[in-house]
Amino acid sequence: MSAFDCIDTFITGGTAVIELNRPRQLNALNRKMVSEVVEAMESFDRNEEVQVIVLTGKGHSFSAGADIDEMAEDDPIRLELLNQFADWDRLSLIKKPIIGAVKGFVFGGGFELALCCDLLIAASGTEFSFPEVSLGVMPGAGGTQRLTKLAGRTKALQWLWTGERIPAEDALTHGVINQIVSPELLMEETLKFAAKIAKQPPLSLRLIKDSVNKAVDYPLYEGMQYERKNFYLLFASQDQKEGMNAFVEKRKPEYKGR
Amino acid sequence: MFETIHYDVRDGVAWLTLNRPDKLNAFTARMNSEIKDAVKTASRDEEVRTIVITGAGRAFCSGQDLSDVDETMDHGDILRSNYGPMVKEMRRCEKPIVAAVNGVAAGAGFSLALACDFRLVSENASFINAFIHVGLIPDSGNLYFLTKLVGEAKAAELAMLGEKIPAERAVELGLANRVFSAETFTDEVHTFAARLATMPTKAMGLIKRSLKDASTLSFDEYLEREAQGQRIAGLTADHREGVDAFMQKRKPVFQGK
Repeated sequence: MSAFDCIDTFITGGTAVIELNRPRQLNALNRKMVSEVVEAMESFDRNEEVQVIVLTGKGHSFSAGADIDEMAEDDPIRLELLNQFADWDRLSLIKKPIIGAVKGFVFGGGFELALCCDLLIAASGTEFSFPEVSLGVMPGAGGTQRLTKLAGRTKALQWLWTGERIPAEDALTHGVINQIVSPELLMEETLKFAAKIAKQPPLSLRLIKDSVNKAVDYPLYEGMQYERKNFYLLFASQDQKEGMNAFVEKRKPEYKGR
Repeated sequence: MFETIHYDVRDGVAWLTLNRPDKLNAFTARMNSEIKDAVKTASRDEEVRTIVITGAGRAFCSGQDLSDVDETMDHGDILRSNYGPMVKEMRRCEKPIVAAVNGVAAGAGFSLALACDFRLVSENASFINAFIHVGLIPDSGNLYFLTKLVGEAKAAELAMLGEKIPAERAVELGLANRVFSAETFTDEVHTFAARLATMPTKAMGLIKRSLKDASTLSFDEYLEREAQGQRIAGLTADHREGVDAFMQKRKPVFQGK
């Protein structure tokens, strides 16, 4: 059903799945693949059949990094004019929950793409790394920012300076991922988890994501004010009435996303 | 392709024979890396359902070849670059690994045997944690495994005194699974390996995972991983075969899948 070259997509239940689909290149990211991911995300974000988006990769690895050949000859002016990272910025505007299901190598640009997900589930044995330093550059699609916000400055500097491989267990310890599961069950467990979230009232999911993201960037006071507005806003929803009535009437709520 | 070991796959069993008999199969850097490669090959080979590690000649493995080291070396780096990758590969392997200890297993040779899932010993074999006799500490994961096998008190004694542990005593201590007479040793090892190679390989790999989880995870986390493991096992052809065979009152034929 997919009209894309570098990815595959499908919907199951209320969950949309995007699979990076260049397994022979270990899903090395090229500009086309990133723009297809963004396009698919935005389309699922508007699709009312979809509550949760899962991002994963086909084959051995989630993604072993960016396509180096594509960048080797770049110069600053060309990069500025190309403005390729604008695609990445659009990922942070997705309102629905994004769950990343990762395995194998999650390196470089692949790691940055994983960090664009809201939650990460990793197969045991998954290795993360930012090897950019060994190529005389550094991450450019949010790696230094997102990793630092998740794991803190101390670990982020160590990992970014050495380029060392981060085992899934360490990523879990430092809050980079949510869960480690058996490799054979990566998709099964991820879809189970996605289905659990997809049952929640969609407007609550969106505004929780919106508020939590503000908590990462805002000073506490501004964040609290922002949260309050979102909290009030939900009282304008039918789902708030439904949720609270169902609670009082001791029945299961039926949410409409309105 | 190997110089220091002999590698051969027969009837679902990968035979990995340390092959420097004139040096009592002492480790060189090359042998570390060949064992690692052979274990990796066996792990990936779908035909292989069991791995046996044994020694050519009268010894299993006498530990580091002292003529292969010079005293300016960094002992820590040798472990990081040679021994560590070898035992890590063995620990990653999800097929049963049998040490067929045909003769003395000393120092890192003892550690190699400890990194296996089973230790079958010949009555002529012995273990010796020899490191202390040259003023070093047991390495290559030795005490990590040893404490699990015999407990901390006994591990301390074996490591600090470095006394020879004869085959019978190794069985008493729980260091070895079986002891066989020297005459029947080879046959017994073949029988044992053949038996493992016809068992449900995937389930045995999942048991190895669970054993590792048991020593690293909290109880609740362990139970979650156990549930995942059982889900995976429940999807195997061998599980269906086992249930079918039971219902039909016949012997199961497992494919290892």
